[in-house]
This record gives sequence, structure tokens and C-alpha cells, in this order.
Amino acid sequence: MRKTALNAVHELARRDPRVVFLGSDLGPGTLDAMKAEMPERFFMEGVAEANLIGMAAGLALEGFIPYVNTIATFLTRRCFDQLVIDACLHRAPIRLIANGGGFVYAPLGPTHQAIEDLAILRAVPNMTIVAPADADEMTRLMPLTLDHPGPLYIRLGKGHDPIVSDPEVPFEIGRGLTLRRGDAALLMSTGITLGRVLDAADRLAERGLPCEVLHLPTVKPLDEDAVLEAASRVKLAITVEEHSVIGGLGGAVAEVLAESGAPCRLRRVGIPDVFAERYGSQAQLLDHFGITADAIAEAVLGAHGQ
Amino acid sequence: MNPPPSSSPTSGSPPVELQSPPLDRRSLDLRRRIVETLDAGGRGHLGAAFSLVEILRVVYDDVLRFRAEEPEWPGRDRFILSKGHGCLALYVLLAEKGFFPDRELGRFCHFDGLLGGHPEVVVPGVEASTGSLGHGLSIGVGFALAARLRGEDWRTYVVLGDGESQEGSVWEAAMAAAKHRLESLTVLVDANQLQSYGPTREVLDLEPMAEKWRAFGFHTVELDGHDVAALRRALQARPESDRPTALICRTVKGKGIARCELEPTWHHKSRLSADTVRELLEALA
Repeated sequence: MRKTALNAVHELARRDPRVVFLGSDLGPGTLDAMKAEMPERFFMEGVAEANLIGMAAGLALEGFIPYVNTIATFLTRRCFDQLVIDACLHRAPIRLIANGGGFVYAPLGPTHQAIEDLAILRAVPNMTIVAPADADEMTRLMPLTLDHPGPLYIRLGKGHDPIVSDPEVPFEIGRGLTLRRGDAALLMSTGITLGRVLDAADRLAERGLPCEVLHLPTVKPLDEDAVLEAASRVKLAITVEEHSVIGGLGGAVAEVLAESGAPCRLRRVGIPDVFAERYGSQAQLLDHFGITADAIAEAVLGAHGQ
Repeated sequence: MNPPPSSSPTSGSPPVELQSPPLDRRSLDLRRRIVETLDAGGRGHLGAAFSLVEILRVVYDDVLRFRAEEPEWPGRDRFILSKGHGCLALYVLLAEKGFFPDRELGRFCHFDGLLGGHPEVVVPGVEASTGSLGHGLSIGVGFALAARLRGEDWRTYVVLGDGESQEGSVWEAAMAAAKHRLESLTVLVDANQLQSYGPTREVLDLEPMAEKWRAFGFHTVELDGHDVAALRRALQARPESDRPTALICRTVKGKGIARCELEPTWHHKSRLSADTVRELLEALA
């Protein structure tokens, strides 16, 4: 997903002289091809994220479209004031490419795990937040980032995530994507949890419980109409995310459902309000916290008395 | 061996003594406008605006290329007041130059006013919204890079406070400016010696300030920030060709009214009585 995103930046830069790339202290070889082809538009600025965002904002206010890439935790927590003021208050068209959403950096511990990025960014006016499910969805997203108004946060998965998105469903920033039809429950995903949701939906369909799958790669602005329309036809809605249950997709959907008076019950599957106390792999931590197809399926089965 | 004695809270650098020339009529008038604007808003950062007056008047009178009637003119020089709380001094100059009508000063901080307690880009002539300290220099680095990428010759000026320079992001930006050899970037530090709580040398000492900027790769000049002729000379000097410039402007917070000078309680004032306002204006007569 990351390689796809960065290669897309290079492609966009070839097409559009406004595109510039800024990294902090990324791995050797990052975007070497772009650096060789257009060195004046390639910036590697060191372990100084606050300055990185301010610089990007200055370039954006002067008409450039900066794509900024580093690890999600450093791109959000470390320079949050710069995101709020320099990017969002100015509506500067900065594109933030955030490596390692959720538990991607599981073995590196909580300092590197972005479990609250969606929540903190969602609270800031003018920010758009997108978490694609896989590299193919990233490929569909990237051309749309060029002229999107205001700042945009793009949350990346681990890389080599299974391809689960559907090329037949048109991608649009701000739109929910319906990938399965059914009324046994409404299953909502963002980012790579789409794979787990589809797995659960397929198993449930085999047991005679077809579920509606609404994939929400755009967490903000949330496609409220799609959520409410789908929720009006079910008794149970479940959000699934690789993020704290506070303030992310589950939080956003809860706000919408509660205020609409939708009659369905909501269950949020995500990271409980704790820091991970174990290492291992992303998959192990997701399993550990019950962000699994099994847990989703069991919740639906339980609601149907099975 | 005995450990060295621990430093006491007041062991920072000695205060800077200035031999500034007396304020001329224009400097006094600008300060009167600041007091009137503060009074109209019912509050404002007086000391931080007063220390800036000579810096800003020289920038706007003698240095900056701009078209007030066309604030977004692409060939303009960019100016960022990174110490956004000094905005009263900026507003009176922008009004005087015609960026917006004088009457806006009388609606400072009003619900339906244009001008708030920190500068925002909705105000004609304001290039960046500031107020949270330590942001403006990074944005200025971005501006200067943009000028270079487009092959344009406009310059970028950023005014920092000395207290503001306690923010680590200022030094991140300084490193970036030097790395990119941004000769079109000039930093002016309004080194007014006082921050909200007290003397900067006691709260978190920044001296030796000029040595720091030199070490960070800037062509650095120290001068009296209330000396209009010295400011003019420094700002009109040909910039060095391969590095950014830092002008360390030694100033006095609250400069112009004896009771306000280097007095922490005049950092920010609200609800000044009519008598106090009259006394301040008389002191600037």
C-alpha cells in the first residue's frame, strides 16, 4: 500500500508541477526514482516533524501540493499543533501519507502504534481522513488526492495486505462503498479491517445470515446518508476498525446513529482503551483484541440466537 | 571535587542596556494608535506590540514590496508576524498602508470585527495565521522554497519573539533554512527581554542569542531594534548569497511609556480605565 502510494506521488508529480514530496527520515532508497528525476521537488527534512508540517503548509499556501510521508504516530501526535494551525486552519492542501496505521508496528511497541490518529484528526475542522483497505483501493484513491480541497490524511496498512476491495465499486472520497447486501446485520469497516468483515460476512451468508457490508474508507467526512440508510434496515450494526473504540469509525457512527434515533443496536469492534502490552505481529495483536472475523460472526450469530 | 554551585533562578544573562535614540513623532503616533486600538477592543498585548513598532515601521516603510490594493499580488514580499500576539503593531501599520479601512481598528476583537487578538489570513496583508508560537518560521521556510522553485525574486521576512524562540520548532526551522541556503529569508528577532512570567533570562535563558543563530548557519547581525536608522541599514544591506539572515533586534518590551517598560504586568492588559488610557496617550504625546 505504501509503495503504491509513493509511486503514485511520483506519477502525479510527473503530471503536475505543483506536486512536491516531503519526508522526515524515511528508509534509504525511498522514492529514489523521483529524487533522480526531479530533485528540486524531493525533500528529506530530518527528524523534525513540526517543521516538516509548517514547511509543507508554506509550500501549499504558495500553490504547491505537498505530499508528506512519515510514520503515522509522528505525523499526528508529534506535530499536532502544526496540523491544526498550519494545515487545517489555513485549509492548506497538504496530503499526509501515514505509514503504519493501527498495529502495523506491533513489535516496536506503543510509541509506534497509531491507535488514536483517526480520533484526534477527526476533531479538527477541515481535515479529511481516508483509510484504504488495500493497494488496489489506494491506486483508485491517489489520483483523486491531487485537487481535493484542504488537508487530507491517508492511513496506510502494513503492505502486501490481501486485496479485498472491489474494483467494480467506484471509489470516491467521502462515499461509503456497499460491498455485500443483506439484513442480518450491518457490518462497517475502514482500512484493512474490510478483509475481516468480508470474511465474517461470507461465513454468515453460508449460515443463512446475509449481512450488509458498508466499507467506509473515508472516516471524515463520514457518509452519514449511507450509514443511516443501511442502519434503517437492520437490528444490529457493527463497526470494525484497527483503532481505539473511542473517537474513530465506531465513535463517528455512534454519534450519527444516536442523534438519528436509529432503532438498531451498535457494537464497536476495535482496540479497547488501553495501550498494547504485548509485541508480536499486527495479526497477533488484532486477534488478541478480538478484531477478528470470528468475533464479528459470533456477535451476529448471538444476536440471532445462534 | 566539589560540584559547581547550582544556578539560582536569576543567574541568567545580564539585561541588555540600550542607548536608543529618542522616539520620533511617527513612532509615538503609532504607539498612540496601538493604545486606541487596544482600548477599542477592551484588551490586548501592549508590551509585545510596543517593542515591535520600529521594526515593523521600517519593514513596511522602507523594505517590503507590496500593493495594499492588491494584497495577493504575486510579486510581493511575504511577511509573517510569527509572534502573533504583537498584532496590534501590525494592524495599525496595515491600516495606515491601506490594506483595510481605519475603522476596523475601532472594532478590534469585536464579535463582528475583522481584527482579532492574533493575526489571521482573512485579514488583507496577513500571510499566515499565527498566535501559537513557533510556527511562523517553518511556514516562512516553505514560502522561500516556493519562491525558489518558481524562480521568483520576492523575499520572506519572519518576526520572532525571544520568548517564542524557546519553542524547539523554531530551531527545527532554523536548521531547515540553513540546509536549503535560503538567502531570500530574513528572520528578525524582537528580543524584548521579557516574556509573560518575567525576564526571559530567568525563565529560560536564550543567550548568547546571536551566537546561536550563527551556529545554526545564519548570517547574523545584532542591532538596536528601536534605532530606525540602524534597522534601515540592516534591512537594506545586500543579503549574503548563500545563507539566510538573522537580525537580532535588541528591544525593550513596552518601549515608549516608562511605566510599561520591562514590566511583566503590561504583557497583556484588559479593561483599562478611561483614566489609564488618557495617561498612556498623554505619555506618548
